[in-house]
Amino acid sequence: MATQSATAQPNAHHQMAATTHEVMIHAEGVTKTFGQGSSQITALDNVTVDIRKNEFFTLLGPSGCGKTTLLRLIAGFDLPDAGQILLDGQEIGHLPPYKRPVNTVFQSYALFPHMSVARNIGFGLEMQGRPKSEIKNATEEMLALVQMEHLAGRRTDQLSGGQQQRVALARALAPRPKVLLLDEPLSALDLKLRKEMQIELKRLQGETGITFVFVTHDQEEALTMSDRIAVMQAGRILQVGGPKEIYNNPARRFVADFIGDINILDGELDAKGERVILPGGVSIGALLPEGAARTGHVSVAIRPENMNLTAADAPEAALTGRVTNIVYFGAGHNVHVALEGGGEVLVRRAQTDAQIGAHVGLSVPDAVQVLVD
Amino acid sequence: MADLTSSSAGERLAEARRQTNAAARRRRWQLLSPAIIIIAAFGIFPLTITLIYSFLSPGTYGGVRWEFSTNAYVQFLFDRDIFDDTLQFSATYLSIFGRSIGLAFGATVGALLIGFPTAYFIASKPANQRNLWLFLITLPFWVNLLIRTYAILLIIRDEGIVNISLMWTGLIDQPIGMLYTDYAIFAGLIYSYLPFMVLPLYASLEKLDFRLVEAAYDLYASRFQVLRHVIVPMAKPGIVAGCILVFIPALGAYITPELLGGGKELMIGNLIALQFGGSRNWPFGSAAALILLVVVMVSLIVYVRYSGKEGSNHG
Ligand SMILES: Nc1ncnc2c1ncn2[C@@H]1O[C@H](COP(=O)(O)OP(=O)(O)O)[C@@H](O)[C@H]1O
Ligand SMILES: [Mg+2]
Repeated sequence: MATQSATAQPNAHHQMAATTHEVMIHAEGVTKTFGQGSSQITALDNVTVDIRKNEFFTLLGPSGCGKTTLLRLIAGFDLPDAGQILLDGQEIGHLPPYKRPVNTVFQSYALFPHMSVARNIGFGLEMQGRPKSEIKNATEEMLALVQMEHLAGRRTDQLSGGQQQRVALARALAPRPKVLLLDEPLSALDLKLRKEMQIELKRLQGETGITFVFVTHDQEEALTMSDRIAVMQAGRILQVGGPKEIYNNPARRFVADFIGDINILDGELDAKGERVILPGGVSIGALLPEGAARTGHVSVAIRPENMNLTAADAPEAALTGRVTNIVYFGAGHNVHVALEGGGEVLVRRAQTDAQIGAHVGLSVPDAVQVLVD
Repeated sequence: MADLTSSSAGERLAEARRQTNAAARRRRWQLLSPAIIIIAAFGIFPLTITLIYSFLSPGTYGGVRWEFSTNAYVQFLFDRDIFDDTLQFSATYLSIFGRSIGLAFGATVGALLIGFPTAYFIASKPANQRNLWLFLITLPFWVNLLIRTYAILLIIRDEGIVNISLMWTGLIDQPIGMLYTDYAIFAGLIYSYLPFMVLPLYASLEKLDFRLVEAAYDLYASRFQVLRHVIVPMAKPGIVAGCILVFIPALGAYITPELLGGGKELMIGNLIALQFGGSRNWPFGSAAALILLVVVMVSLIVYVRYSGKEGSNHG
């Protein structure tokens, strides 16, 4: 997917070149529609993506963008209208869910209420007809892995949300699937527990070496946990890349907007398409993603923490404006600056001596990201 | 208020609570009283009469003579020799009970086997279509049971549509004697009480969380395993209720065995009816009805205990 991503950061490039990646899931031109006629919804629109072996891969996007639908197609609960899905090199499109070496952690956990914790965890192996001793050993191992040994005999409806979450994880991991699908597994937990489980999930992924496909609409969660992220919108994958790449070099306006705070400015590309001229007339380097305009009017994106406040007449001031507001948020300050030529930008600094109403200059990075709309 | 100690405040609170409790109890009884009156008038009162009658002697032209007697119960198990008054064990009535229980049990199992897929089919339809299907299931019930049973009779008799069409196609050259057999009673019972099975099954299957079914598929359960390990255990309350609702009326069925069994294949219902009619032995009829009641209650208790225990063993 490197072809679709923005010009990658040098170190990201370096990492990718170091190892050749084996593909676990290859989806090609996958399309899925629901309903008929005028009420037809295209949940997935020609999605092509590679998910690598042993990686923590995240599908990130707003509610309704098709994340669950893509997971359900991989799990086999639904069939694609077009396209194919390969698992470890094999076409699995025709296989029912119980013949795919893929397990799911459901958003609702979907634990069997009429079975104990232990039997829930052993259920997959039991259905595969494994010997009793193996089921017992695997169940104990999984109970230990998710630190639930003391609750093995409980009924699942006597567990807290976090405990149910762990049982759901253990149950899905016990048969050692090639891929574990997780559909917003943390969204029902409170913030503290969610942070704990984020670390826990990352640990489990590392310890088991199983490919995780994780779904979330929480950009911070995605950045924290993922090896790579696919940002989705309206049934399409807009960009795939590592967290840093997605954060620092969003290729699309939607990706830039969706992840964190970002300043989007107008600019004019020069004839060669190498430099972009900002509203104040300063020209800086342009990072062009695939499919961006090569010349003319463009949008550029700069993160608030990549800008700095300077004196209005300082040589490094690319833009000038007036400070309209300063908001302290604990880890730093958000400084709002109304630009000379119109528009407002946000600058984020750990410390600032700026005053509201002051006339200031703004420095920008040497090169800025150009966005595709 | 400030000078009140916390303990006296606590006492006042407890007193207030007692008062509200007493008021709540009174209210509960008031709310329950219509139900209690109905149960007394239509349940306990007739049952008491039946119980008293069963210990009296039969009147010559029906009714009872007010003379205490346990003959009705003795008669159930023994034949009294007309000459020397000795008692001889007789399985006549016991076997009628046995037959009835067998037929009712078979009809329950049959109704479960047909009703389960039906209920599952309805529950898996889109929500806006389900009511139509339920309506279709209950539609035959708008017609009197007697008429529906006559309809079956007309269909399966020797000159009925089934035999005629089979003979017309040349598959058989003699009519198959379906009417007046146990099979006819069996089929009639299933047909009559099927909705009592389908409706509670539907009610519990409709509540079934389909995500659990998906979870089981995801965990390598085949279709049959999903049915066995997830759907059936989850539908257990419906299965228990449906089986009770079919078994009890089937056990006491009167019209179905009377018409389709030709009256010669007796079930308990016919036996009891006969005592109040042709045989003019009201005490024995009352005793048979009470024995039926006890059999039903005991089997119910055993059944509910057993199915409840099995359910908790899973958990
Ligand atoms: N079974 C379904 N029937 C009709 N529409 C559906 C169905 N499943 C999903 N959709 C629609 O497809 C789109 C994508 O849904 P989904 O994959 O659940 O999104 P996400 O998981 O990203 O929130 C939504 O517009 C949703 O309404
Ligand atoms: Mg979803």
